[in-house]
Amino acid sequence: MSLSTLFRFKGGIKPEAHKDASAGIPIAPAPLPSRLVIPLRQNARATARPLVEAGQRVLKGQIIGAAEGTLATAVHAPTSGLVRAVEMAPVPHPSGLEALCVIIEPDGDERWIDLQPFDHRNASPQRIRDYLRDCGIVGLGGANFPSHIKLTPGEAGIRTLILNGGECEPWITCDDRLMRERAERILGGALIMREITGASHILVGIEDNKPEAVQAMSAAASRLGAEGVTVHAVPALYPAGGEKQLIRVLTGVEIPYGKLGTHFGVQCFNVGTAYAIHRAITCGEPLLSRILTLTGNMARPGNFEVLIGTPIRELLPLADPRPDTDHFLMGGPMMGFALPSLSAPVVKATNCIIAASPALFPPPPPEMPCIRCGACAQVCPAELQPFELYWHARAKNLGKAQEYHVFDCIECGCCAYVCPSRIRLVDYFRYAKGEIWAREREKSAADAARERFEFRNLRTEREKQEKAERLAAKTAAGREAVARAAAAAPATASAPTAATVATASAPQPRAADATKALIQAALDRAKAQKAAVTPRNTDNLTAEQKAEIAEIEARRAKIREMARPHTPPDE
Amino acid sequence: MNNSPFIRKPATVRGVMLQVLAALLPGIAAYVWFFGAAILVQIALASAAALAAEAVMLRLRGRPVGMFVSDGSAVVTAWLIALTFPPIAPWWLVVAGTLLAIVVAKHLYGGLGQNPFNPAMAAFCAMIVAYPQLMTQWPAAGFTDFGAELQAIFGADRRLDAIVMATPLDSLRTVLRLPDTRATVAGILGSGATFGNIGGKGWEWVALGYFVGGAWLLWRRIITWHVPVAFLATLALVAGAFSLGGPDKFPGPTFHLFTGGAMLGAFFIATDPVSGATTPRGKLIFAAGIALLTWIIRSFGGYPDGVAFATLLMNICVPIIDMKTQPSVFGHKRQSGGDAP
Ligand code: SF4
Ligand code: SF4
Repeated sequence: MSLSTLFRFKGGIKPEAHKDASAGIPIAPAPLPSRLVIPLRQNARATARPLVEAGQRVLKGQIIGAAEGTLATAVHAPTSGLVRAVEMAPVPHPSGLEALCVIIEPDGDERWIDLQPFDHRNASPQRIRDYLRDCGIVGLGGANFPSHIKLTPGEAGIRTLILNGGECEPWITCDDRLMRERAERILGGALIMREITGASHILVGIEDNKPEAVQAMSAAASRLGAEGVTVHAVPALYPAGGEKQLIRVLTGVEIPYGKLGTHFGVQCFNVGTAYAIHRAITCGEPLLSRILTLTGNMARPGNFEVLIGTPIRELLPLADPRPDTDHFLMGGPMMGFALPSLSAPVVKATNCIIAASPALFPPPPPEMPCIRCGACAQVCPAELQPFELYWHARAKNLGKAQEYHVFDCIECGCCAYVCPSRIRLVDYFRYAKGEIWAREREKSAADAARERFEFRNLRTEREKQEKAERLAAKTAAGREAVARAAAAAPATASAPTAATVATASAPQPRAADATKALIQAALDRAKAQKAAVTPRNTDNLTAEQKAEIAEIEARRAKIREMARPHTPPDE
Repeated sequence: MNNSPFIRKPATVRGVMLQVLAALLPGIAAYVWFFGAAILVQIALASAAALAAEAVMLRLRGRPVGMFVSDGSAVVTAWLIALTFPPIAPWWLVVAGTLLAIVVAKHLYGGLGQNPFNPAMAAFCAMIVAYPQLMTQWPAAGFTDFGAELQAIFGADRRLDAIVMATPLDSLRTVLRLPDTRATVAGILGSGATFGNIGGKGWEWVALGYFVGGAWLLWRRIITWHVPVAFLATLALVAGAFSLGGPDKFPGPTFHLFTGGAMLGAFFIATDPVSGATTPRGKLIFAAGIALLTWIIRSFGGYPDGVAFATLLMNICVPIIDMKTQPSVFGHKRQSGGDAP
C-alpha cells in the first residue's frame, strides 16, 4: 500500500452495501448449460459478422463472429458443439431488444481450438491491438468498451494505468472475489498492458470496504516485485468505482464529458479486463467466460464463473431465488436495469444478477414537486445541478438542458437516491439525452433531404434552361432560314416576320449566358457543400477499400436476409 | 417497468419538514419561558389555519389532498408566522396572515416548490403594512400571565397597557431618532428592563434556542453552512464596522445578532430552499444580501425589524443570482489536481 495522497471527488452517497451476502463465497464454475445464445451485437454501433451457419460444428474458442467496424471485437464459441441457428433472440437490454445471436448446443467435450500464447514483446503495437480485438477483449466493468481502443495511446501517451477494483455498486462482489482469488494474474495483465502502452505507473484502486482484496492485491504486487505498482484503498463512496471518479481519486485528473483518459495520459481498466488480457496473452485464450454475482433475494447467493451466452434462466437455480422474487436486475441497483426476459443470455457486461422482491426493492413512491432542497446537487459526482436539469428536461427545454450540461450526467443515480420528493431524476435526464440525440439525427436527415430537394430544384432549373437554349437555337436556325428566304425573295410579306424574329431573339443569348453562369455557380456551390458534409471516410478511397465496402454491404444484405424470417412481423 | 436507481434513501419531504419543526423547539421553549404560553396558542391557531387552507386549495386545484397536506410544509410556514408575529396579537391577525401565506403566496403561485416569495415573510410584510399598530405590540419579557394573554388574543376588549412594551429594536430606534437626542446606544442599553446582557431581554435566549436548533439542522445536513454563516457574518461585520465608527449611534454586532428576527432569519427563513438561492455561491450572496438589507432597514428604515422585507427583496433577485453563480461542472474547470504522476 502506498501513502501517496488521494484526491476527492465531490458528491457521492453511501447506500447500504449488502456485499456480505456473497463476498465470502468463492468463485465456482457454473455447469455447462443446455444451449448457449451468443449475441453478435456488441453495442449500438457494432455487430459482428457471423462466420458460422446452422449445422456447423465449432470448437471452444473458435471465432464465430468477425469484428467489423471500429467499435467491434470478435465473438467466440464459448464451448465446443453444434451451431443450431443464427437468428434473432432476446439480449439483455432494458427495452427487451432482440439481436442476431449464434445458438450453440454444447457437445460437452470442451474441445479447444489450438491455443497459442501471444508473443507481445515481438509484435508491433497495432498487431497486439488487433490480437486483443480478435480475442474479444472488452471492458468487463459493465461499459463493454473494446480494450484495444483504450490501449491506443493519444498524443499525450499513456503514463499511468489504473486498475479499477472499486466495485462501488451495492450487492456486486465479482471483482472482489476475483482480486482475492486471482490477484497475480490480474496484475500480470496490468504489467502486459504497461509494456504495450509504455506507461510508467500502475495504480490499483480498491474501495476500503474490501480489505481482503486490498490485502491480496498488495501481496501479489510484492510477490511479483514489479516497480511502480501501488495498491490504494480508496474511501468507499458510491460511485468511487466510476471510471472518471476513480481516475480523479487516484490522480487528481478530471476527465470531462467527451474526452478519453488518453487525452490526459491516464487509462483505466477493470480488474476483470486485466485478468482477461493476461489469459489472452499468456495462454492464447479468448474471452469466453466471466465472473458474475448472483445475489439479492436468493437462498444461496454466490459468485460464479459463467460462459458468455449462458441463458440467465438456466443460471438462476445455482443461487435458488426465493419464491417472492418478482423480477431480476442485471447490474447493481444504482445503474442496472430490470431484465425484460430471462431467456436473455449472460453477456460480457453481465457482472451481477439480483433477484428482486417487492420487499427488497419497493416500487418508487409517488413523486412530489421539487422543493429545491439541493440534496441532489450535493451528491452529484458530476457536480451538476440536477434540479435545474430536471426543470428544463420536464419543460422539454432541451437547449437549456444541454446548457446545464445534461450530457455530463453519468446516470449514476445519486440524485434520485437522495431526493426527498422521490423524483426519478435520472429518467428525466435519459429522456432529455434521447430527445436531443433523436432531434440531431432528425436534423441531419432533414439537412440531407433539403440538400436533395435543392439539388432537384437546380436540376429542373437546368433542364428548363437547356430546353430554352434548344428552343433559342431552333429559333435562331429558323431566323436564318427566314432571312435566307427573305434574301431570296425580297419585298415579300415575310420581311416583317423576320424583323420580329430578329428583335425577339437577339438579346436572348446574353441573358441565357448570365443565367447559365449563375446556375453553374450554384451547382458548384452545392457540390462543394456536399463534399464538405460527406463523411470523410468515404472520400478518396483506395480501390481495395471500395472493394471491402462493397463486400461488407453484400454481407450485410446477407445478414439481413438471414435475420428476416425470425424478425417479429411488426418490424 | 422501473428504471434505475432501484433503491433510494428513506428521505421524504415530510421528514425534512418535521426536522425543521423539531429544530424550532428549543427556541420555542425559551419563548414560552420568557413570554408565556401565548405563543403556543398562536402556533396552534396558525397550524390549524394553514392545514385547512392547504386542504381547500389542494382540492380546488385538483391535487391529491392527503399526500400534500401531510408533507408538513404548510405547518412550517404556520410556525414561522406564529414566531414572527407578536404573541399577543389578536387571533384573527395570525389566522389572516396564515391564510394569505398559504392561499396567495403559496398556492396561487403553483403550490409546493413553486413560490418565489417566502410565504411567512410575505404574510408578515402584508400584515405590518396593513396593521402596523397590532404588529408592533409585544409583551414585556417576563410577562407570563397566560390569562391576560388569552384575553389579549381572544378578548373583544384588549387591555394591553400592562402587557405591552416596545421591543428592544423598536425602543432603541425610537430613542436614537428623537430630534436633538443626547441618548447614546450605551446609555439606552444600560437603562431599563427592555435589554438583556447582549440583546433584547429574554429575546437573546430565544435567539440562542434558534441557534441551537439551527446548528442541529446543519449537523443533520438539512441546511448547508452557506446561508447562516453568510447571514450572521455579514450582519456582524456591518454592525461592527458602523458601531466602531459611531458607537453612540450604532449598536454593535452582538446586539444585532441576538435581537429581533436575526437568528430565526439566518437558520430558518433565509434557508427556505424554495424561495432562496440554490447554488453554493448564490446562497452566500443571497444570505449576505438579506443581512445587509436587514441592517439598513433596522438602522434607517421605518419599520422596527427588517428581516421580512429584506427576505422578500432578495427573493426577487434569486433567479438572477442562481443564473450567475452556476458552479462549474466536473472536468470543465481548471484542473485542480496534479497531472498523472
Ligand atoms: S433533491 Fe429532489 S427535491 Fe431536492 S432539489 Fe433535488 S430534485 Fe428538488
Ligand atoms: S445521475 Fe447524473 S445528475 Fe444525477 S447525480 Fe448522477 S451524474 Fe449527477
